[in-house]
Amino acid sequence: MLRLDCLRSIYSELENCLVVTIMGAVAAELQSLGHRPNFFYLQHAMGLASSTGLGLALCLPDQRVIVIDGDGSLLMNLGSLSTMARYRPRKLVHIVFDNESLLSVGGFPTATSTGTDLEGIARASGVPRVVTVHSVQTFKGAVIEAMNGAELTTIVAKVEAKGPAAYVTDLSLLENRFQFRRHIQSLKKR
Amino acid sequence: MPVSIVNSRTIYDALKECDIRLVSALPETWLVHLIRAAEDDPEMILVRLAKEEEGVGVSAGAHFAGIKSAMLMQNHGFLASINGIVSFAHLYKIPLLMLISYRGSFGERDPWQTQGGNVTEPVLRALGIPYTFLDAAETVKKRIRQAQTLAESSLQPVALLLTRDLMWEEQ
Repeated sequence: MLRLDCLRSIYSELENCLVVTIMGAVAAELQSLGHRPNFFYLQHAMGLASSTGLGLALCLPDQRVIVIDGDGSLLMNLGSLSTMARYRPRKLVHIVFDNESLLSVGGFPTATSTGTDLEGIARASGVPRVVTVHSVQTFKGAVIEAMNGAELTTIVAKVEAKGPAAYVTDLSLLENRFQFRRHIQSLKKR
Repeated sequence: MPVSIVNSRTIYDALKECDIRLVSALPETWLVHLIRAAEDDPEMILVRLAKEEEGVGVSAGAHFAGIKSAMLMQNHGFLASINGIVSFAHLYKIPLLMLISYRGSFGERDPWQTQGGNVTEPVLRALGIPYTFLDAAETVKKRIRQAQTLAESSLQPVALLLTRDLMWEEQ
């Protein structure tokens, strides 16, 4: 299963969500499908995408928030699972693309390649709904089910360690950040 | 426990007057009354963290949502948050109002706090983070207001060091 195919399968569902992604391949691939003002790419600060999504979800409880995380980033901030589970925002969906690799720095294997089980950690942290998926079809189904549900959900998607040719895009970090905030403020005025 | 209840309340009230609606926190002795005040306040979103660096992300999310926030942490928690501060708050120009208990400075009895006390201000300076002290009840309200104003106008982290003189009542 390729991450890009997973992203493509849910791209149209992301239109009315606030989406926070990690750096590297995830950010580049989502942008390659078409940037939208409701997408924020955290291009550094590994581990904090989930914390950012939590902050958004707690402040905007009626807004659907999607975090697109990765195994390397989540392993840097496993405590975030316990913090998310503590407050369990009903409209927060936490997707983790697990390619068992720190792909963007040369493909070094992460601990999920030697048996660390992110689904198990999420479940034991208290995340109320956790699922692991291995195909694009089950991935899409799990995301749509989580988006239509009313429980914090972590979806671990096992994907191949393949990424885009380039990671830098023409969207500047600050442009993305100001556009994202402005978009959210415009939603609040509606 | 001689943590000043009165001065903790003064700090909390000043945060409320600045329209702070979300507080992230990791407990430490000097912060207990502040955290309890946030916990007892139905208007406040309190986020209890596993590690202080998470608070950078939480506050960034709140900023995107248009909610003003503050971070309560010990100076060792600040030290543990530095990558988040640099590669999120500085890189993306995110305002942070950091209230940092200044442990390990003059009067400190706990040996384990002392090394962090030595490096707190040098690290703040090295990171270019504007900071001042909360050291007297009379100036708490004004300094919190000024710190928050600067954080919002400059879109950067600003630190207030909570000192022993303000937080601790010697018995």
